[in-house]
Amino acid sequence: MEYGMIFLGLAIVFGLFMAWGIGANDVANAMGTSVGSGAITIKQAVLIAAVFEFAGAFLAGGQVTKTIRKGIVDADLLSSTPELLIFGMLAALLAAGIWLLVASRFGWPVSTTHTIVGAIVGFAAVGIGFEAVHWGKVGTIVMSWIVSPALAGIVSYWLFRSVQKFILNTDNPFENAKRYVPYYIFLTAFMIALVTMFKGLKHVGLETTIAQNYGMAFIFGLIVMFVSMNYTRKIQIKPEADKDFHFANVERVFGVLMVVTACAMAFAHGSNDVANAIGPVAAVVGIVQSGGEVATKSMTPIWILILGGAGIVAGLMMYGKHVIATIGKNITELTPSRGFAATLAAATTVVIASGTGLPISTTHTLVGAVLGVGLARGIGALNLNVVRTIFLSWIVTLPAGALMSIAFFFMLKGIFS
Amino acid sequence: MARTTISSLFGSSPVAPLQSHMASVQECIVELVPFFKAVLKEDWKKAKAQQKKIAKLEGEADKLKKKLRLHLPKSLFMPISRRDLLEVLTMQDKIANKSKDIAGLIIGRKMTFPPEVSEKLLDFVKRCIDASKQAQKAINELDELVETGFSGREVTLVQDMIKTLDEIESDTDKIQVKVRAALFKQEKDLPPVDVMFMYRVIDGIGDLADLSQRVGSRLELLLAR
Repeated sequence: MEYGMIFLGLAIVFGLFMAWGIGANDVANAMGTSVGSGAITIKQAVLIAAVFEFAGAFLAGGQVTKTIRKGIVDADLLSSTPELLIFGMLAALLAAGIWLLVASRFGWPVSTTHTIVGAIVGFAAVGIGFEAVHWGKVGTIVMSWIVSPALAGIVSYWLFRSVQKFILNTDNPFENAKRYVPYYIFLTAFMIALVTMFKGLKHVGLETTIAQNYGMAFIFGLIVMFVSMNYTRKIQIKPEADKDFHFANVERVFGVLMVVTACAMAFAHGSNDVANAIGPVAAVVGIVQSGGEVATKSMTPIWILILGGAGIVAGLMMYGKHVIATIGKNITELTPSRGFAATLAAATTVVIASGTGLPISTTHTLVGAVLGVGLARGIGALNLNVVRTIFLSWIVTLPAGALMSIAFFFMLKGIFS
Repeated sequence: MARTTISSLFGSSPVAPLQSHMASVQECIVELVPFFKAVLKEDWKKAKAQQKKIAKLEGEADKLKKKLRLHLPKSLFMPISRRDLLEVLTMQDKIANKSKDIAGLIIGRKMTFPPEVSEKLLDFVKRCIDASKQAQKAINELDELVETGFSGREVTLVQDMIKTLDEIESDTDKIQVKVRAALFKQEKDLPPVDVMFMYRVIDGIGDLADLSQRVGSRLELLLAR
């Protein structure tokens, strides 16, 4: 294929740039609640994010990558002109990367996911043809953007209510925290493992049955639970900690849980958001490597998943940790007990979406989850302006991503053909 | 790059500022005890210094009040209603204002109380300060209330505190009757204008307990939502 190596090189550079941007900005949103609650330090957050973002991208990132790669555009229409798909995907990456740069410069709450989906739909509908877009699939994706924050909100509301019922509103909250927190830890590890087992591990060469999935997730949950019980058991009441705030000791027990949910959140984020960067790369690589075959049946190569994970970690190390530090300072109202409810709800929602191959916005899902805790009257003050700006960003981001990618599409087309 | 979506979602909680305002009010009102001791001893130098201190502390509480008010935009989503919160704040602030008024009035007129009244008067002041202290105790539970999402045991705890506050307030009413009765016995021997103002001071002190009780009842409204 003519220019094959150039396309490949461009795709990798643009993809890395996107992944870097996600690591620099997006990860901070995912980790901020954990740092803000005081359960983990910034160093720990960076470490957790690096390990679990990578693991999430590698182990559970395949489905969403597949959606971005070939779920939105109808590749069959392009079998005679495979380079159009390459131009499109490159244009989409470039458009999304630039839009995100602009947005983060102005502090707009835009989502990487929304941008890349808008960009892909844009070039496909205008550059190739209206019928080239799987509108049904796009409809499902857009629906999931509304459903995911709502779902996360409902889950976090009930999680927090259960914490109230079993722990905070009892005669001995400290002892009850020690008793029940391990179960929440089990639940977190079990959920994440189960969804990953169900959807993610085929590409690592692990074929499992449903019963095996449940069994292994159960065992994984138990292992995590017992490991963390070592920590919860050691926590002793410090009477002086409760002087100003009676739940200070209880919150220390929740701190252990928060560490686990922070890992889950990083994992979930990696499983969903890394696809935004590497889905288009995978599409380009697929076409170039098969010598122009568009409707490739092959799996996403593992090295691309690793590439995405590495890009995120690089962005996190170079820039993201500063953002995490800033966010952590701003979110001090979130105690570990509510931080965990919000984070776990968001992580669960995101991982389920990842398993179903739906690209959703981790940040917006987390916003929904935090609002859920707020509805249970658990947070001192929430700024509802953010919700309005998020709605606005939805309205602006899709056309912006689309228009830019259309422009880049025709530019690339003009240069290379 | 200071604000991201998640960090801008969190507004600054009004709970801690409300509590520090109440703490500042309490600091102001406790100074009434040394003030009254000095006045009853007719140590005007000391009394004047105390009065200045009270005025200064009242000013500090005022500053906190203004700051909190400015930080409560309408878009804030809080577990407590904005209106009720602002009313609690107003009530708290009135306690400090009243303390300052009382001290100012006494200093301005160099009021001397008859010795038959003085001991009861000091008890009265102390009991009224107990009331505001109890109100502060209840206000200090607000962060625990947010922690439990305004439900369960914590609500019962605060309701009990407010009940105690009501009891203290009715106690102060009884003491007020006694102080008035003691003054009534002496009033024919005293200059009538002075006596008028003494009654006014007694009313003012009683108001301190009243206001404290109202802080409690506003807090109860916050719980009831």
